[in-house]
Amino acid sequence: MKTLEINGQSHQVDVPDDMPLLWVLRDVLGMTGTKFGCGIAQCGACTVHLDDTAVRACQTTMDMIDGEKITTIEGVASTEIGAKVQAAWLDKEVVQCGYCQSGQIMSAISLLASNPKPTDAEIDEAMSGNICRCGTYVRIREAIHSVTA
Amino acid sequence: MIHNLHSRRGFLRGTVLGTAGLLLAIQMPRTGKSATRAFADTQATFIPNAFVKIDGMGIKLIMPHTEFGQGIYTSSAMLMAEELEVRLDQVSVEAAPPDLSKYMDPFLYDQATGGSTSTRADWVRLRQAGAAARIMLVEAAAHEWGVTPGECRVEAGKIYHDGSGRNVTYVEIASKAAAIPLPKDPPLKDPSQFKIIGTRAKRIDTAEKVNGSLVYGIDVKLPGMKIATLAMSPVLGGKLTRYDEAAARAIPGVVDIVKTDEAIAVIGDHMWSAQQGLDALSVEWEAGPNGSMNLESIVSKMEEASRQNGVTVRNDADAVSAIAGAKTKLEAVYQSPFLSHSALEPMNCTLHIQDDKAELWVGTQVPVRAQNAVASATGLPAEKVTVNNLLIGGAFGRRLDVDTIEIGARLLKDIRYPVKLIWTREQDMTHDFFRPYYYDRVAAGLDEDGRLVGRTHRVTGSSILARWAPPAFVNGIDPDALDCAAETPYDESSVLAEFVRFEPEGLVTAWWRGVGATHNLFVIESFVDEMATAVEQDPLEFRRKMLTRNPRALAVLNLAAEKAGWTNPLPEGRGRGISLQFAFGTYLAHILEIEVTAEKEVKLLRSVIAVDCGVVVNPDTVEAQMQGGVIFGLSSAMFNAITFTDGAVDQSNFDTYRVLRIDEAPRIDVFQVKSAELPGGVGEAGTASVAAALANAIFAATGKRMRSLPLADAVAA
Repeated sequence: MKTLEINGQSHQVDVPDDMPLLWVLRDVLGMTGTKFGCGIAQCGACTVHLDDTAVRACQTTMDMIDGEKITTIEGVASTEIGAKVQAAWLDKEVVQCGYCQSGQIMSAISLLASNPKPTDAEIDEAMSGNICRCGTYVRIREAIHSVTA
Repeated sequence: MIHNLHSRRGFLRGTVLGTAGLLLAIQMPRTGKSATRAFADTQATFIPNAFVKIDGMGIKLIMPHTEFGQGIYTSSAMLMAEELEVRLDQVSVEAAPPDLSKYMDPFLYDQATGGSTSTRADWVRLRQAGAAARIMLVEAAAHEWGVTPGECRVEAGKIYHDGSGRNVTYVEIASKAAAIPLPKDPPLKDPSQFKIIGTRAKRIDTAEKVNGSLVYGIDVKLPGMKIATLAMSPVLGGKLTRYDEAAARAIPGVVDIVKTDEAIAVIGDHMWSAQQGLDALSVEWEAGPNGSMNLESIVSKMEEASRQNGVTVRNDADAVSAIAGAKTKLEAVYQSPFLSHSALEPMNCTLHIQDDKAELWVGTQVPVRAQNAVASATGLPAEKVTVNNLLIGGAFGRRLDVDTIEIGARLLKDIRYPVKLIWTREQDMTHDFFRPYYYDRVAAGLDEDGRLVGRTHRVTGSSILARWAPPAFVNGIDPDALDCAAETPYDESSVLAEFVRFEPEGLVTAWWRGVGATHNLFVIESFVDEMATAVEQDPLEFRRKMLTRNPRALAVLNLAAEKAGWTNPLPEGRGRGISLQFAFGTYLAHILEIEVTAEKEVKLLRSVIAVDCGVVVNPDTVEAQMQGGVIFGLSSAMFNAITFTDGAVDQSNFDTYRVLRIDEAPRIDVFQVKSAELPGGVGEAGTASVAAALANAIFAATGKRMRSLPLADAVAA
């Protein structure tokens, strides 16, 4: 049994040590906001926070987690910055199919938490690990800037 | 006939888009047994037609087209809400069930979402559906109050009789409205009266997409559900020979192993156990007839095929002789690669198959085909298969096919608990149905004044239409394969356009964002640039001179040129490229500015789109589709090609199939022309414009003419 602290709640899970957090979230705990896109840390759809660091849940196995607080898309609305980013995403009408947007929002929150006024170049740098096939990049930049304004 | 080529599957327009067909699609039977039963079953539910349902729970709009990011749920709801006189926040929407009699797309002759047809298909019928419902509700209220409908007014889902101060909501009066006769040809608002159409209404499907609560197909959760993942032969078409079942069963959490000749799946408590189990199977495959297939041999056969005459699609005024007698002659070969769809949500489907019925949860562009796929794999009658059509994490044409649902149903037909079957990215990419490879031969002749006097275009490639909609493939002509090649926006009277059908052995080809238009515009608009260069004219001026009879095309071209600052000089290494098109009923000009660095890297700087898609339902959606379509097109034009070695696909994930990332994305400025013309499609237009604009910009920057996609590596070479 392992205890995971996710979005402020404790969860007991009985899963293999090598099991990625992605599948623990989705298939064991039923938290499907974190998405599967590539399985090899190329697309960023599974981005979550371990403490304040954005990580890829598909590459984060159970044995790598040692008491860190896990935040997923389902939990970000309760933080000030998270709620602001979600609101900016809606205000700028960023979303198309939406499948990558959980990961995009998690990466954006992580960026803004450490850099409240990022430049275009800093946004590009921080967000380039998140693929959007619908091509919402232009609006992602706008939305991140609008949070800083 | 030729003008029909402008819309993919335009062959249907004449026969089905007539008023009678549309009315058939929106009206439920109101007399006879079936109507009585429908109302008896639903009691207080008001269902005036296939698209509106009002009961005590509220106002529900039924969506005939599938949402996969393009914003059609919002646009469809706007069309209905405009005439129904409700606000968007007063309605909920649900996906239409499979039912061809009610939800056929008249352009596609199927209950299908594709080809940038949705708004064109729904422009009249959804407004009529809203208007009919409103008229019946008002009549019911007037009848209750003993007044005439003309004395009543409606606003935001409420009916008012100002004379007596009475009012009633749609929900309250719905049960009475069911008894009112369906109005014939309900009149529609004059566009000057529009309150919702034409506004930047907020999308109705996004709140759940920013908090993780939206359930895509891959997120379905059912009691007792297990998770499965599958493997298919790396050599396409290979057969399963050997696997170690005991080793897989030894993995904790593995529940079952199921197989067909072509696929094997491990069912587990979760995806991890299923994946571990699949690895432990150590599956062996027999390569079969495709074991020696490779891209080079396919292309060399296409090159050979392209030397033969094709089926003539357009032959006006002997273009061959016109070119032979021309002062300046040009000839070129263009090539466009196989492409994968690579939507971010990997292919998946969830099935609960029982002895006498089945239920499917999936995101599909073709719900009737999805239903039939499960029926044929299980032997159940189609009406015993329930389809839950969920929102999709990107489709791009991939989900116009139901091969994955068939595979899933065949694998799971003897399993009696619900199973969610998930393709890994690798299985998704290597077993995609690819956009065809095309091999194009073009020629043109220009006179002493530099005017185009004749043009030939021979497209060699697969016919997706012949596979997907065989009745539409008539006399060997595939209107999609020649879309934008047979007809251009320009003044040209001497054109020969031919199609050589070439089906690569062992491969299934499929729709992809823009298909015919995307491929042909790369060829045509690059070649028009070549013509301008050959007669030493500016590419913009050269195009302008050929647009004397096409004011809408000229207007978007001029607008894009002005906004892009076409005449402003650029520093060394930079270039601008133009592409102009009329596709999907929409006029679009694209000017792309790029830089080729000293290291021969292509930097995408600014994309300017001018678009005239007729009357606009939601300008924000049009803008978003242009921005997204350009990014999607840039991924493929810059980086993408699917290749084969010894029968297997060489690319398997985003590390080998590179897609554009935010740090590579240009600034994109979209300018929309106000128009009262009928709506055109916007989902694919942006994508279709990209490759030629990019190739032309690279030529402007480097003097190097690129005739084979993708371009980024070719520039660096």
